[in-house]
Amino acid sequence: MRVVAAMSGGVDSAVAAARMLDAGHEVVGVHLALSQHASRLRESARGCCTIEDAGDARRVADRLGIPFYVWDLADRFRRDVVEDFVAEYAAGRTPNPCLRCNEKIKFAALLDRAVALGFDAVATGHYARITDGADGRELHRAVDVAKDQSYVLGVLTGQQLARAFFPLGDTTKPDIRVEAAARGFAVASKPDSHDICFIPDGDTQGWLERRLGEQPGQILDRGGAVVGRHTGTYRFTVGQRRGLGLDRSTLDGSPRFVTAVDPARHVVTVGTADLLGVDAIEGHHALWCGRAPDGVVAVGAQVRAHGEEVPATAWADGDAVRVSLERRLRGVAPGQSIVLYDGSRVVGSATISRAFTSDG
Amino acid sequence: MTGTAYLDHSATAPLRPAARAAVVEELSRVGNPSSLHGAGRAARQVVEESREALAATLGAHPSEVVLTSGGTEADNLAVEGTFRARRAQDARRTRLVVSAIEHHAVLETAEHLAEREGAEVTWVLPGSDGVVSPDAVRSAISGDPGSVSLVSVMWANNETGVVQPVREIVEVARQFEVPVHSDAVQAFGHVPVDFAASGLDLMAVTAHKLGGPVGVGALVARRDASLQPLSHGGGQERDVRSGTLNAAGARGFAVAAGRAVGELAEEAQRLSTLRDRLIRGALDIDPGIAVTGVWEAGDGIRRLPGNAHLLVADCDGEALLYLLDAAGIACSTGSACRAGVSRHSHVLTAMGIGQQDGGAVRLSLGWDSTAADVDAVLAALPAAVAGARAALAVSR
Repeated sequence: MRVVAAMSGGVDSAVAAARMLDAGHEVVGVHLALSQHASRLRESARGCCTIEDAGDARRVADRLGIPFYVWDLADRFRRDVVEDFVAEYAAGRTPNPCLRCNEKIKFAALLDRAVALGFDAVATGHYARITDGADGRELHRAVDVAKDQSYVLGVLTGQQLARAFFPLGDTTKPDIRVEAAARGFAVASKPDSHDICFIPDGDTQGWLERRLGEQPGQILDRGGAVVGRHTGTYRFTVGQRRGLGLDRSTLDGSPRFVTAVDPARHVVTVGTADLLGVDAIEGHHALWCGRAPDGVVAVGAQVRAHGEEVPATAWADGDAVRVSLERRLRGVAPGQSIVLYDGSRVVGSATISRAFTSDG
Repeated sequence: MTGTAYLDHSATAPLRPAARAAVVEELSRVGNPSSLHGAGRAARQVVEESREALAATLGAHPSEVVLTSGGTEADNLAVEGTFRARRAQDARRTRLVVSAIEHHAVLETAEHLAEREGAEVTWVLPGSDGVVSPDAVRSAISGDPGSVSLVSVMWANNETGVVQPVREIVEVARQFEVPVHSDAVQAFGHVPVDFAASGLDLMAVTAHKLGGPVGVGALVARRDASLQPLSHGGGQERDVRSGTLNAAGARGFAVAAGRAVGELAEEAQRLSTLRDRLIRGALDIDPGIAVTGVWEAGDGIRRLPGNAHLLVADCDGEALLYLLDAAGIACSTGSACRAGVSRHSHVLTAMGIGQQDGGAVRLSLGWDSTAADVDAVLAALPAAVAGARAALAVSR
């Protein structure tokens, strides 16, 4: 097959490209230029879109003897990922930009472009496995549970999976580093990237404030009493404990958490931990890996990357999903994605619209 | 892919065998041209003979040839060196009159002077044919001639290959007693370039666009040109350029330039014939393909004889480049690249051609180009255009 290997300049995508080549595919390396103003050198372990990273990817491609190109998808990334991220926070929700990037960029803009240019598939260095099941391609958790990235790939449909390769899903991260070193890749010991690639200093709140400006408001307790002030609801997410700066403490001194964010009224509501647990979730923008489940099905539900999976039942209803959790989960914010599993298999995902307790 | 058709001479041309032999021979000899012993004198002799030979091909006096590391350094020295020197003589001279289609070596230098040293840049737009008119230069200067430190208009554009009316622009500037610089990097060796006859004060040239080695160029500067050095050291080149003299580079440049200029007339005819066939073949693919700037069949004077710069409607230029590369055709978009990402060309923007008008591709021929290269491009182009259009369609 003719395959585009998406090469970030990191160790994982380097080994993924090498493995595709070993498997006998015709491989072309492509680095995605996603930043509007790429800085020349990496200044931290975060982020992944500097010119130095593009250079690292190029050197791996040189070593593999494959053609290498930089494709400029910065406009699409800004529109579909960065602006969406800002709008979601402005609306009081907590988005996951990595899912959005996989849905809109890596397995849409990049894949579509690759197919238009005569390629059959895109390979990435994600830790997840694709298998052939009775109903077509299936997405499964990686062998390395600590690195498993099936959560951020939960947005992929069967059609997208049919044109995707994740060659690292059967290997642990330490083994990938050993393999990279054995292959002579200079990036073998390059640090992992963390957090959000377009916020290289990791200060999401400061980054949002520069875009949304100060929007001061009140912090209320459950009874409606003013217990503090804030400079923007986008600084808060449900379940957050740190950085609340409350003037009044609870009578028994127990810690308080954000329980609701209301950007229209500029109000953040806080409460004690017992108010955080939810066992019912409604989601929209449902995406299924293969067929949508029929009727009520038993699943495992995960609401954040590397979060715990809890047993649940789910019911698909068009674009919507209702999920009933067997155990309460804390700190579930609207805007987060819920990914549903059947064993190690990803069933599908949805964006959380509402999380609540079934007993009211 | 079987073999490669190299149609990117405007990026860099293959080294001419004679230049290669000269460089290799010189690299095997020891001697700093500034040393006083026999080895040094021998190296100096090579530099000076090369300078004389180069000067002869440039229509310049040897003492007007300041050897540099290439075109970019020569352009920087011309613009920044002149700006600083002339403003030091008269503090009112803060204005640079610069064509909007200059190479980045001039463009960015002017921008830098505007940002850091209080320069005011008056940009001169070309017409839709890619030509900067002498009248446009006149109106840019005439508002306040006393404030102009330098006019800069390139000899031939690196994207469209359109040759500028340098002689006429110099005449205009001379009426206002303003010096003129021209970046002749793309022109030298491809169209007749005569420094003395042009009336220019400054002119930048480089070796590797005409079959010489990379890493050597020259600023041709009249004896009375006011220049402040940009780098400081031994002052080897007329006290305006420092650094150990590059004997091998100088000789390689002189040999390549001698060949290029010696065979210029017949090569211009041969290459413009190949180019015309390439352009006609491209235009025949469909009506959505156009050639940018001045083009007249058989003309190797108003457009570089080897330049075919095509604008393809509803097409992604990067994708077109990729598909041609995959088909074994080496060419470029001609626009600025940063870390492999091409941006919409400032030259096309200045000509009134926007990103929505299509993707551009520059196919440039040179001394080793053959009819087979043109055949290869014309064979690959229809499928590449179709694919690049499909790529644009999905990216919207």
